[in-house]
Amino acid sequence: MKEAILYLQDGTKFYGRTLKETGETIGEAVFNTALTGYQEVLTDPSYTGQMVVMTYPLIGNYGVNDEDMESDTIHVQGFVAKEFCRRPSNWRSKKSIIDYLNEHKIIAMEGVDTRALTRHLRLSGAMKAIISTEDFDPKSLHAKLDKAPSMEGADLVKDVTTSKKYVWKAQGPRRYKIAAIDCGIKWNILRIFASLGCEVHVFPATATIKDIMSIKPDGVFLSNGPGDPAVVGYVITTVKELLGRLPIFGICLGHQILGLALGGKTYKLKFGHHGVNHPVKDFEGNRIGITSQNHGFCVDASSLNLDEVKVIHTNLNDQSIEGIRHKKYPAFSIQYHPEAAPGPHDARYLFKQFLEMIEQNKKQYA
Amino acid sequence: MPKRTDIKKILIIGAGPIVIGQACEFDYSGSQACKALKEEGYDVVLINSNPATIMTDPGIADATYIEPLTLEFVEKIIQKERPDAILPTLGGQTGLNLAMQLYEQGILDQYGVEMLGAKHDVIKKAEDRSEFKAAAMKIGLDLPRSGFAYSLQEAKRVAEDIGFPCIIRPSFTLGGTGGGIARNGEEFEHIAALGIESSMIHEILIEESIEGWKEYELEVMRDHADNVVIICSIENFDSMGVHTGDSITVAPAQTLTDREYQHMRDCAIKLIREIGVETGGSNIQFAVNPANGRMVVIEVNPRVSRSSALASKATGFPIAKFAAKLAVGYTLDEIQNDITKETPACFEPTIDYVVVKIPRFTFEKFPEAKDVLGVQMKSVGETMAIGRTFKEALQKGLRGLEIDHSGLDNKQDYHDIDYEKIKLRLIEPNASRIFYLKYALQKGCSIEEVAQLSKIDIWFIDQIAQILELEQELKSAVASDGSLSPQLLRRAKEYGFSDAQLAEMMNKSEKDVRQLRQEHGIVATFKLVDTCAAEFEAYTPYYYSTYETEDEAILNNQKRQTPKKRIMILGGGPNRIGQGIEFDYCCCHASFALKEMGFETIMVNSNPETVSTDYDTSDRLYFEPLTFEDVMNIYDVEKPHGVIVQFGGQTPLNLARRLQQAGVPIIGTSVDSIDLAENREHFANLINQLKIAQPANASTTSKEETLLAAVRIGYPVLVRPSYVLGGRAMRIVYDEESLKSFLDEVHSVSRGHPVLIDKFLEDAQEIDVDAICDGKDVFIGGIMEHIENAGIHSGDSACVLPPHTLSKGILREIKEHTVLLAMSLKVIGLLNIQFAVKGSQVYVLEVNPRASRTAPFVSKAIGISLPKIAAQIMAGKTLKDFELPSSDELKYYCVKESVLPFNRFSGVDIILGPEMKSTGEVMGIATTFGAAFAKSQMAANQALPRSGTVFISVNDHDKRHVVLTAKKLVDLKFKISATRGTARVLRDNGIDAAIVDKHQEGQNNALTLLKKNEINLIINTPSGKKSQSDMRSIRAAAILHNIPCITTLQGAWAAVNGIEASLREEFTVESLQNLYVWNCWSQSS
Repeated sequence: MKEAILYLQDGTKFYGRTLKETGETIGEAVFNTALTGYQEVLTDPSYTGQMVVMTYPLIGNYGVNDEDMESDTIHVQGFVAKEFCRRPSNWRSKKSIIDYLNEHKIIAMEGVDTRALTRHLRLSGAMKAIISTEDFDPKSLHAKLDKAPSMEGADLVKDVTTSKKYVWKAQGPRRYKIAAIDCGIKWNILRIFASLGCEVHVFPATATIKDIMSIKPDGVFLSNGPGDPAVVGYVITTVKELLGRLPIFGICLGHQILGLALGGKTYKLKFGHHGVNHPVKDFEGNRIGITSQNHGFCVDASSLNLDEVKVIHTNLNDQSIEGIRHKKYPAFSIQYHPEAAPGPHDARYLFKQFLEMIEQNKKQYA
Repeated sequence: MPKRTDIKKILIIGAGPIVIGQACEFDYSGSQACKALKEEGYDVVLINSNPATIMTDPGIADATYIEPLTLEFVEKIIQKERPDAILPTLGGQTGLNLAMQLYEQGILDQYGVEMLGAKHDVIKKAEDRSEFKAAAMKIGLDLPRSGFAYSLQEAKRVAEDIGFPCIIRPSFTLGGTGGGIARNGEEFEHIAALGIESSMIHEILIEESIEGWKEYELEVMRDHADNVVIICSIENFDSMGVHTGDSITVAPAQTLTDREYQHMRDCAIKLIREIGVETGGSNIQFAVNPANGRMVVIEVNPRVSRSSALASKATGFPIAKFAAKLAVGYTLDEIQNDITKETPACFEPTIDYVVVKIPRFTFEKFPEAKDVLGVQMKSVGETMAIGRTFKEALQKGLRGLEIDHSGLDNKQDYHDIDYEKIKLRLIEPNASRIFYLKYALQKGCSIEEVAQLSKIDIWFIDQIAQILELEQELKSAVASDGSLSPQLLRRAKEYGFSDAQLAEMMNKSEKDVRQLRQEHGIVATFKLVDTCAAEFEAYTPYYYSTYETEDEAILNNQKRQTPKKRIMILGGGPNRIGQGIEFDYCCCHASFALKEMGFETIMVNSNPETVSTDYDTSDRLYFEPLTFEDVMNIYDVEKPHGVIVQFGGQTPLNLARRLQQAGVPIIGTSVDSIDLAENREHFANLINQLKIAQPANASTTSKEETLLAAVRIGYPVLVRPSYVLGGRAMRIVYDEESLKSFLDEVHSVSRGHPVLIDKFLEDAQEIDVDAICDGKDVFIGGIMEHIENAGIHSGDSACVLPPHTLSKGILREIKEHTVLLAMSLKVIGLLNIQFAVKGSQVYVLEVNPRASRTAPFVSKAIGISLPKIAAQIMAGKTLKDFELPSSDELKYYCVKESVLPFNRFSGVDIILGPEMKSTGEVMGIATTFGAAFAKSQMAANQALPRSGTVFISVNDHDKRHVVLTAKKLVDLKFKISATRGTARVLRDNGIDAAIVDKHQEGQNNALTLLKKNEINLIINTPSGKKSQSDMRSIRAAAILHNIPCITTLQGAWAAVNGIEASLREEFTVESLQNLYVWNCWSQSS
């Protein structure tokens, strides 16, 4: 345990202590307001390049288990909380979060006034931050931050996408074959597809339309993932080509990519949506769901060609776009996380909607 | 969906008197609902028998009825008011049950009243155990295995399937009694047999025991459009087996993974949809097996509850207010989140702090009852604490509990406690287990062992261990360095250690610790409760303290500066016997009144049940323990222009002197005057100077002195320690031997304060006066004549306003004394005086220059809010500024009756004495004393019979006096039966009294007759010092069978008056608004 500084790009300083891992780490500081689900957050590839501040002060109470992983490793660049739990309690717990973070050599900081930090990020926006146990000099910390790449314009997908195509088997008999473009896919998406009888072929983000068509999928899934959607041109191009040829469903970064492929633009939100309590209205189903959110970028409503695309879901907190659908082609996407993990299951039905879309598409071309 | 326009008038049923299990939380939710509906333009009709509530203030509803919560009276109100709809889900179980009865009796149909929120079949589905079970199973939820039985034979068969331990729950029992946990066949047979007998339909439910499982609650809201959100999750510290009202509980849930939590959430949503609660808040309880995660659903409450009040305070999301809006047609997304203003109410609050609720017990009031906890609730109040960690919140909660602990401290030295005793205290849940957990760790028990013995989750035990570890570190630092480093001091504060705890460790004064902290810049910082963990800007200044870097109170105060002056009101803390809702009523009124005058009001309180801790009540709310340290922290940040200590009961008064010494400007009656009234010697001098009579008395500091004083004064004497409320440890003592044993007993209570000793005036009438003084003039709000004689604590006795037997001369003398005393004590604000009248002599018993328990009752009776006027006077107005009536004649009688918790404490005798035991009160209003008294008895759930047999057994002293009462009863066509001695006297006086054996042998004994429903009223005055075990069991049986049992002669006489009235006249109902018009001088708003 070592004294540490968390220095923000705008010069604001917070102090605390790190766990075993010391040194320095740089990332974009964002806050997450979920009360539970830190294990899922840590292992969510979408957090690549980010330093996550948990607003709930006590993190690690129920330990870490084998089942709630969202990928095979921790992706956050740093982890900040008020207090990490030394002695977890839960029947599924295999180890404490402290051991887990230490094993993965994550610089994690506790003893921080995370509410003040969160308020600051809300008021000033998400920004680059450095945690250091070695250097407490603001000038030099600032210089280090200046040198670090910013989230805007960062292609982080290439860091997390699978290097080789792999198959996630369906539970029970296979009903559908899905091609997933992996920009940093969360395992729970795969688990849900599997539970619905889908065999998912997970492709590297660089996969071409030819690669995808070669497996003769029933539909294409565009996954979540980290970084700026505008710079993954290679995926956007693939999606443009796929449009109208196969049913498409995108989540989070996948949603932004679809938006871009449809000619829209994306912008960076001030401090993003990271939590599990955002109300979203589904205009098609005329229902409101409490949703799991994790995104810093957003599709710009005014950039969409409304003759082709309609907005189907809206965030009730800030009226931002949460879902779009192509008016002609079988393609839709959702900004938030219907797969939850962590978060409420209110939007699970969207996976079924995708399968229904596939079913209809099949009929049409049968 | 917009609000409904087809309904105009809505009836709300309140929860009635404060009883164990139903406290102020229903005043909080009820007044929120009334306000919300009025805001929407509906006419609100309210019925509640409890005058100490904010909701029954005439300004809250359009028509307010303080009438008994019975079918008869509610029907009368419906008949008169013709509401379009009834909202049954806001008045606790009482309101819900009554609404169900109204439906079942066809009354709602008859008058075309629609049930909003939850319809009859929905409520039934949630409340009826077998319907609930079917509903839950239908949607695939897991439940504890269970079966019904109607005979012992059948019960045994069911138990065989389920295995031991199992729980037996009798259906429809009197007073919620019977039932329990059986661990073996023998216990099972005993409990099952008893259960079948106590069930009105001879039905018991035998259930798989999930004792020791983890207990959770979810607060759920649903709207007409089927949007469902979870407002809050709560995890119980105590595992299943302890009533959730008696458990320490924590929000949010701590030890569930997201996967488990979401599964619970899914089940809750499915269940609420299956049950069909249309709109509003519901509470769902779950249990989780800690070994394998198996989750079962326990029950659903399709209404707002104690937990929903807690959840509202814990998150800032006003459940009851929104429930009312949803009931009239709004959907969650149409309602704005009050706190953020920019986001809708259709979301799930998230929090960035930990909330701990700790129940407040009063077992010390019932020494015969064991302080063991089980499935029946026993706590009388609760405190809530907010901190950034569990450790901090727990310690804040413990000092906020006001049970003489300044945190998880060391009141008892663990060395002195036997290891076996500690183990037992861990195994058997009890009121002080939290401290024994620490003692056990101190004794060297491992964390695992403590968790295993107590069945409390190891996460909680480890948190306690962390507190202990730091305590040891602090102690050794003090031992080696003589003081604490700033780093350690800060950590201690972050762990919730109070200055008092640190002072003890450092062998310094609390003041020194405070100073040391301040020197190192270690000061409390205030954070907002904002529903969203700072994701959005919050506009409601609802704060808690913690030790962090940023202080949002300071930031907000800088940002939103106003020229208004600030006044801080100190609340009463957790409810307890002697200090409850009445004081919260006064604090709320003070806040309203001062806001009206243009002040900014700051409320400080730690009781989550109350209206005062609604963020809507004051301009700023600080949810903090009421200790010197915590109040000073707020004072340092807010620097109010005045602080009010006289409205929150004894809690803030006890702080007054220290606050004043610390430079806090206390407004109203000076601390010196308060002390003068409390100090026996000085007060006696004053009384002598004023030439007012007072029972001979003395104030003594040693045992010997006390015994001598008693002889000088002459037995019987009334003794008590000074500085106590609610007659704590007060007793009437008839001889030296009893006095000696009393003094040994109260040693712990008095804590260095003197013992007060008074001549006890036998057969004297007691009078209570509530008045306001501005230093120049005095306004007498009400003179209350007690029904019971002096010697029964004023909080337990019934009283009537205006007095109905006192002569004009005596009344004049009482008024003169009141004015004299108020002026001499230089009272600025409220004042309560207790008088005794013996013959034609008026004695002053005590003067309390502060809000009294009767202030709300008097305010309701006369239609003038005494605390409101008092608060404005404290802030500078004079009585002349108010148009107060010169005449004190009311055109009706108001009777206050107290409600006692005896049915919760088996083995406790129900006789009244100088120690207060009641938890709540009701009010009966009518144009005759008899009718008002009869109504008050109905409201107190002890309706007087109109015919049948009265069983009389009185002590020798009362035998002659009971004759008149008996004669009157005979005239009213009652049959009289009596014990041998009493019967002889009655027969000698020409009354035909059947002799009934008081012993339990023989056919014709009182107990048997009572059980056979052949006795309809009991008049039994206990005989002085002698124990009367036979009568005791009769009194206990009366409680069980809900037969009114009157233990004083005066009470009996009042009852006869009441019976006569109920035979003579049909009772009518009248709204307060109309009554006040009769007294043309009342303020009607």
